This record gives sequence, C-alpha cells and structure tokens, in this order.
Amino acid sequence: MIKEWTTILHQEQIADKIYELTFEGELVERMTAPGQFLHIRVGEQYMPLLRRPISICDVDLEQKQCTILYRSEGEGTRLLSKKRVGDSLDILGPLGNGFPLDALQEGETALLIGGGIGVPPLYYLSRKLVERNIRVKHVLGFASKKDAFYIDRFNQLGETTVTTIDGTLGYQGFVTDYVLKENPEYDVLYTCGPTPMMKAIEEQLNPARAYYSFEERMGCGIGACFACVCPVKEDPTGTEYRKVCSDGPVFPQGVIQL
Amino acid sequence: MSRLAIKLPGLSMKNPIMPASGCFGFGREFARYYDLSRLGAIAIKATTEESRFGNPTPRVAETPGGMLNAIGLQNPGLKKVLSEELPFLADYDVPILANIAGTKTEDYVKVAEDVSKAPNVTALELNISCPNVKEGGISFGTDPEIAAALTRAVKDVSEVPVYVKLSPNVSDITKIAVAVEEAGADGLSMINTLLGMRIDLKSEKPVIANRTGGLSGPAIKPVAIRMIYEVSQRVSIPIIGMGGITSADDVLEYFLAGASAVAVGTANFVNPFICPEIVDELEQKLIDKKVDHISELIGRSWKSCYSPSLSH
Repeated sequence: MIKEWTTILHQEQIADKIYELTFEGELVERMTAPGQFLHIRVGEQYMPLLRRPISICDVDLEQKQCTILYRSEGEGTRLLSKKRVGDSLDILGPLGNGFPLDALQEGETALLIGGGIGVPPLYYLSRKLVERNIRVKHVLGFASKKDAFYIDRFNQLGETTVTTIDGTLGYQGFVTDYVLKENPEYDVLYTCGPTPMMKAIEEQLNPARAYYSFEERMGCGIGACFACVCPVKEDPTGTEYRKVCSDGPVFPQGVIQL
Repeated sequence: MSRLAIKLPGLSMKNPIMPASGCFGFGREFARYYDLSRLGAIAIKATTEESRFGNPTPRVAETPGGMLNAIGLQNPGLKKVLSEELPFLADYDVPILANIAGTKTEDYVKVAEDVSKAPNVTALELNISCPNVKEGGISFGTDPEIAAALTRAVKDVSEVPVYVKLSPNVSDITKIAVAVEEAGADGLSMINTLLGMRIDLKSEKPVIANRTGGLSGPAIKPVAIRMIYEVSQRVSIPIIGMGGITSADDVLEYFLAGASAVAVGTANFVNPFICPEIVDELEQKLIDKKVDHISELIGRSWKSCYSPSLSH
C-alpha cells in the first residue's frame, strides 16, 4: 500500500449517476490482484473528512493506468465526479485482499455475478481469469436499463446475461431468478453486489465454491478503526469478527454471516 | 538534546507525538507502513478484562470536519493483549500508554494490575469517559467523586504512572481534573470525544446503530483547546492534549494552550503516515520560530511572564 498523488486522465459519465475515471500513477504497478480497492480522498478540506473506498475496475500495468467506476451518490462521490482531466487525486492503495485466481484450473468455468455498483471489480477479475484460460460467464444485475454499463466489454470476455428488475433490459428479475431458471454450469462462483443479493445467492443458489466481495461503511480502510467489522458465521462466543477492509473485502463461502 | 524530546511521568518521549487510543489499534496495521519507533509513544486501543465484539454497524458517520464513532471498545481482552499485542510492540523502541476500560471498578483494577506489569507498558491511561458504551463508562467521568475514587483504586494497584482521560461531556471539566489530581493521577489526557448524533433523512432514524457516537476530528479542536487552557491553569500534572490534530501548527496550538504532549486520533484514518509527517514538520516549525525546545511553549497563551507583543 502506498499513498500517492495520481493524475486523472479520463472522466466520463457512462450511465445514470455512474462515472468512469482513469488515472495514472506509480501505485498502479501494485494492482495485480482483482477485487482490491482504493481509498480516495476527494478533497483537501475537512468535508468530507474521510476517504472513499472504491473498487478497481481495470488496470493497465504497463501504462500504469487504473480505471474505477463509481456511483455519484453522496457528497464524496459528487465531488469526485467534478474532477477534471489533469487534476491530481490523492489515493491510498491498493488495499485489501482480492479474488483468488488459483481457485480454478485451466478449462474450468467461473460464474461471475454482479449487482449494480458491485459489477466493476468483476471486470478486472474476468480479464485475469480469461488470461488463465478459464471460461467465464457473467450475470449482471441492474435496477433498470438506465443504470446498466460495461455490457459490451463483458460480452467480449465471455457469455454475458443482463437482468433488470423492471425488465427494461435483458431478463426481467433478480440475478438469482435468472440463475435458478437457467441453471448455468460452473465450477466456482464469484460475486460482488448489495448484501441482499449476495444473501440470496448464498441461500438460493447454495454454491459449493464461491467468493463474495463485501461492502461496508469504512473509516481508515487499513484495519485500524474497527468500523467495518462483520460477525463470522456460526460463532458460539459472539465475539469473532472479520474486518471487511483488511481481512476482506473478498471472503470465501461460509465465513461471514450474510 | 533534541528540540522535541519530552519527559513525562512514565513516558520518555523522543518527540511529543503519539497516536491516540482507539485510532491505532495495537499498532500492527501501521507497522507495515512506517517504523513505530519514530513515534513519541503509542496509546493502544482500550483493553477490557474480557474480549468485546463492540457495537453493531454502522459504527461511524461522517460530520462536517469530523466523524462520529460508536465502536464499543472492541478488543481481544486482557489475556490476548498481554500474550499477543504487547509482545508485538516490544520490538519497537517506544513507550506504551495502555488505555484501560471497564464497567465496574473491579474490572479497571484487574486490568490495571495486570497490564501495568507488562514490561513495555510505561504508563496507563484510564478511560473514564468513553461515551460509546451503554453500560458504565460515562458515569465514572462525569462525577468528580466517582472519578476520584476510580483513580485512587487504580493508582493503588498500578505499577506505572496513571493518566486519566477526561470526558468533555461535563459542565465544568476543571472540577473533574482537580478531583483526579488530588486522587493521585500522574497526568491527564484530554479530551475524549464529544457525544453526538446524526439522523438519516431517508430512514428518519439515527445513522449510527448505537444511536449516539463520539465526535472527533478537527471540528472538536476549539473545545479541546479551551478545556486544556482552563484545566492547565488549575492543575500541576501534565496534560496530553488531543482532539482534531492534523498538523504541526495544531500541535503548537495545543502546547500554547497548556498541553505537554499530544495525541493524534482521527487524522490517522485519513492519512496513515500523519504521525511521522507531523514529527518532521514540527521540528522545522520550531527551528523557524527559533524555539530551542518545545517545552518552552507549554501554557504560553496564559502565562503572564511572556507576551509576544512585547518581545519584539
């Protein structure tokens, strides 16, 4: 992990409230594990005071460029969306532990299920899996057509199904509705998205091998503040926990109480 | 001698900068980023007799210039702190200020007795003021007699000097300060967080699961400065100042108010390198100000013998 002033090369709105931002910096060289995140300071003033954790969407290690996708929702991401090409951006990272790539052998199949702003880290993951000759299938869930992004890009890497809750694009329903109905074959499931979605995946799909990337309100992002703790599953003492930032954000099936 | 070295009861510090309790864990996370021996001291996360999970999430909420937290004293408990956390810190050349907490006097006494025997614990910080824990905590720090009785009980068993961390959630902090000084406190830490709340406009409920949280960060600095200014004129024991420090200028302001050392809290969450950065910056500030030793600044804002306007 390092802290660096990086330079913004590109900033563009690609869907409703969704922005794509590319920056350049030395710290990109360390971004070899998909699923890690960056802790970004959006301003030098005290409001907002804390950094914003944002997942890594894609990396060009040679060019030292990294792309993130984020939703402009609160004050922090709103300020981030106002940054221009050429502006400096204070980034701490990469942080946390990514998705394990060696969970699959060459020729096996990975099913990647993303929901909303949980979709971006799956893009870098998918690229890395394809590099290792792993077959990838994607199921990407959005609320509506206006919220959807990166469909073509995922399509270039493997079979991609889009689901929307209102049916304005692709399959109408939740990602789990689609998977239950079509029952695609896979060896390992990787997922990132809202907790209710991941809970439904665990309960309804009950995958044998799966990795979940969690999101939780964070303070420091490095494991010191204890803001982002999650209780572990089946803990009789009630005191066991994992920190999403430094123990995660990716956890194997069955570790965290969803 | 270095411009920055400070010697306080139990704390022989290379510089007056320490991370504040609860903002640095037990140092492991930060040890990956810089040499902890660069710090003046380390105030470790509050230790209780039994391990605690703490409060449900959300535990933090941002506010203008600060943040609310209600972690709930999550810690691995006395046994593990002694067997795992303190030995880890023993590899560094830095004194440890061990923050202790409890819900009954007996809890504090038990933890104080055992933690003060650890070889690298050179002082205790008595958390009488944490507003986050529903049971106890708050009552010790808001009543001068109860605060004094607890200080006495801990002093009786502690093998190292005891600093009492004062709560700002009182109408007259000088009364508590004087009471704990009379009860034998070797120093004061001030201030702990200010009790606050944020309400979510969508759910129409408090943002933090615990409902209330402790406010920290730059927003509370003026409150801490005022309280240290008042208390330092009423007690003769040293004060470790804290609340919203993010720069060397902030450190100077705390010294002028009456602090003899400072702790950096919330800023560690924004910039993990902040403590060593402030140490470096502070040295240069003193050179620029032609101050031979930082202790010259202690309480200068109220000491009648010095007036900057007359010195030119």
